Amino acid sequence: MELLQLGAKFGIYAVMAAILVFALGVVTFRNLFHCALCLAAALIGTAGIYIALQAEFLAGVQILLYVGGVITLVVFAIMLTEHLAGKTVRQNNAQSLPAIVGLAGFVTALIALILKTPWPVTEAALKAKTSAMGLGEALMGTYVFPFEVISIVLLAALIGTVVIAKKDAPEERP
Amino acid sequence: MIAIPLQHILIFSLLLFAIGLYGALVRRNIIGILISIELMVNASNINLIAFSKYTSLSPETGQIFALFVIALAATAAAVGLAIVLALYRIRKTVQADEVHLLKW
Repeated sequence: MELLQLGAKFGIYAVMAAILVFALGVVTFRNLFHCALCLAAALIGTAGIYIALQAEFLAGVQILLYVGGVITLVVFAIMLTEHLAGKTVRQNNAQSLPAIVGLAGFVTALIALILKTPWPVTEAALKAKTSAMGLGEALMGTYVFPFEVISIVLLAALIGTVVIAKKDAPEERP
Repeated sequence: MIAIPLQHILIFSLLLFAIGLYGALVRRNIIGILISIELMVNASNINLIAFSKYTSLSPETGQIFALFVIALAATAAAVGLAIVLALYRIRKTVQADEVHLLKW
């Protein structure tokens, strides 16, 4: 049991490290297609973290929606616009150094804050269980209004996407 | 039960967020910026689920917020990529700093 615990701990840290490495790949690779593949790997690793946090349904949604949907969209967009990015185009602007310095300050400040704050972690909360059934009941009960709102938002956004991306009608010649 | 303390997950998601923010700040390609924004959204989702697991008596709340965030991120990606395609068709570029029509 002790050994199993240790193994789980090590596994979670290994997944976290892998996600960070893939995330660095996402922001540094020159070839955007490689970036998209790294993003897919990082998102799958995140699904693993969700499973470790006992949110199995969320892990499934993550795989379906992110890895199945968003990555496909991104890959399509890259392929449709690729032939000018395939050359040796500079991929970063000149703000790299200020961004790194500013983000280092941001990260150190927030890490100090995280370590100082007394988080209200309780035994009862750690023992609380949830399931897909509980999620569905909450979605149809307490959160039914945001649920309906988000369905309207999805519909509007998808219609808007089609309208923006479709070709313009050919203009009438005078 | 859960092997690692909450602080480690928070620091991990902070690092992930910082990497995504770096990408969003320095990328020239608009698709690269969108990918970095997806990374940032993902980091915030990890935070939501970690808090709901460690501190809440009804973990559904955080998970439902994470569901909404995933749905909104998907719509944001769809609309953003449609705008990129329309821009590419009109101006033949996907570099953010070459689109300076409204900048003086």
